[in-house]
Amino acid sequence: MATTTISSGNQRSDLFDRRPLTFDPSLKRNRINRVLTTVAGIFGAIAVLPLFLVLLYVLFQGGRLLSPTLFTQLPPPPGLEGGGIGNAVIGTILVTLIASAIAIPIGVGGGIYLNEYSARGWFSQFVSFGNDILAGVPSIITGVFVYGIVVSTRLFFNQSFSAVAGGIALAVLMLPTVIKTTDEGLKLVPQELRWGSYGIGASKFVTVMRITLPAAFTPIATGVVLAIARAAGETAPLIFTALFSPFWPEGIFNPIATMSVLIFNFSIMPYEAQNELAWAASFVLVVMILAANLFARWISKVSRA
Amino acid sequence: MPTDSFSPTQADAYTLRRRPPSEKLLDTGFRQLTLVMASMVAVVLISIFLVVFTGAREAIGEFGLSFLTTSGWDAVNQQYGAFVAIYGTLVTSILSLMVAVPLGVGTAILITEDVLPRAIRNAVGLMVELLAAIPSVVLGLWAIFVMEPAIRPALNLLHAWFGWSPFFDTTAQGPGMAPAILILVVMVLPIITAISRDALNQVPIELRQGAYGVGTTRWGAIFSVILPAAISAITGGVMLALGRAMGETMAVTMIIGNAINFNTSLLAPGNTIASMLANQFGEADGMQVSALMYAAVILMILTFTVNVLAQWIVRRLSLRY
Repeated sequence: MATTTISSGNQRSDLFDRRPLTFDPSLKRNRINRVLTTVAGIFGAIAVLPLFLVLLYVLFQGGRLLSPTLFTQLPPPPGLEGGGIGNAVIGTILVTLIASAIAIPIGVGGGIYLNEYSARGWFSQFVSFGNDILAGVPSIITGVFVYGIVVSTRLFFNQSFSAVAGGIALAVLMLPTVIKTTDEGLKLVPQELRWGSYGIGASKFVTVMRITLPAAFTPIATGVVLAIARAAGETAPLIFTALFSPFWPEGIFNPIATMSVLIFNFSIMPYEAQNELAWAASFVLVVMILAANLFARWISKVSRA
Repeated sequence: MPTDSFSPTQADAYTLRRRPPSEKLLDTGFRQLTLVMASMVAVVLISIFLVVFTGAREAIGEFGLSFLTTSGWDAVNQQYGAFVAIYGTLVTSILSLMVAVPLGVGTAILITEDVLPRAIRNAVGLMVELLAAIPSVVLGLWAIFVMEPAIRPALNLLHAWFGWSPFFDTTAQGPGMAPAILILVVMVLPIITAISRDALNQVPIELRQGAYGVGTTRWGAIFSVILPAAISAITGGVMLALGRAMGETMAVTMIIGNAINFNTSLLAPGNTIASMLANQFGEADGMQVSALMYAAVILMILTFTVNVLAQWIVRRLSLRY
């Protein structure tokens, strides 16, 4: 830094800045500092702005349609007023349950294998790598995939589009998250717990089931709840697997309505009533998903305390 | 463990308990079961590639590489070209990242450095994470009915000012590439912020202390010490976000306009591979299915490359400090 020296013959003194050590806000570096901090503040404000706007509109537009009939009636035929989204609410719950029933056992099992059994060899590295790649596969591709193996081949009882097909598509989507959180959760379990269990004569199976898994319950539960919440809001894999149905669900081997597909279908219709139902479905979906997110957060907070 | 092998006499307490065959069977059986479950990842991944690729074989044979460069999508004459969709996929994802990266990294810095009180920083972090939880179809609905009408005057202002350039030479009349890019920004912002925040949090406190100790300012430390230390993870996160933006379907499908014809203007309707699939796959048959599968193969190759690159960057670029 350039200095104006007022040294009295000492040659080394001009190496040092003789200004006082107090903070001087008018310095260039401090002014740049303030400008950049302001810019970061503005960026942060822009980043949270969409959340507020989306929530505001969903709560306002959807919330005013909230009534008991919303959950007990079917959507109206195009052009008519009223109706509800009862079938779609049931459908979303059903499809998400099917997906969870497939993805959670397989994902937790796979995570157990990765962390407890494989000695970090080539196989576990390959599976971890594949898991990351699978997590990056676009959700619409999983829809195409399930269409290819389940829907177009009529795999189940000669049915094409079905709730099960939708559930499988969502399960493919959930699987990487569940495996990852299980693997990471088990990594946090202290090795001493396992040694202690072996030390008193427990088998590996008993150790995993009674010691390791319960110790890692919180991170796994958090990850699983987040995965379920994400799956419940997914649309792309369902458009041509679960399809849509304007009627009440007729078993899990038939096409089924879900809230996310309902929002997609009804938002592009030129009818007021349908658009309003899309907003109402958004409200229900967003409240469910945000509640699940806050619940997951609460689980991890409670157990950490 | 069952305690029936214990008996009150002293001698028996010290005899070794043999593990019964049933217990050993259970042990190995459980191991094999979890092995099968872990293999499911590989099985699913490989079958996705196989299913999509076999479906696309017919179209690949028919159109070859000219599929990538022609822009017709004619179901009557069975002539298909995915140029519009590929162009739209690349342009929307890259432009959205150019907006989202500064916003996301800036927000991450705001959350991790002690600019604001901790409570506010935690609240901002929470809100960004909740933004990630909002389903893309809800964002699409919001984009159709709220965002697009609201920003249309601004887009038309762009047209008035920059109408001479090929990127703004149409007026904004509703769905188009520009609103799709903006909604993609909203969707990838939480990913970039979350990964950048984790990366910045992992920079050792000693590095910051060292930087401040030699007398730099906050932003001096951020630009010359903290960001370089975290750059590998941030770049990896940006690549992951790029992959996500390329494959993002619903919100984009609802707002991009699903055009068939090519137009350079960002204000005109466009198309992406994912939204083409979402719109047509359910009702397609014959060659159209195969052509759509071909487009899906291209999308998979794009996202696969980006994701592998992301992992490679994280490993390769990581600074040793």
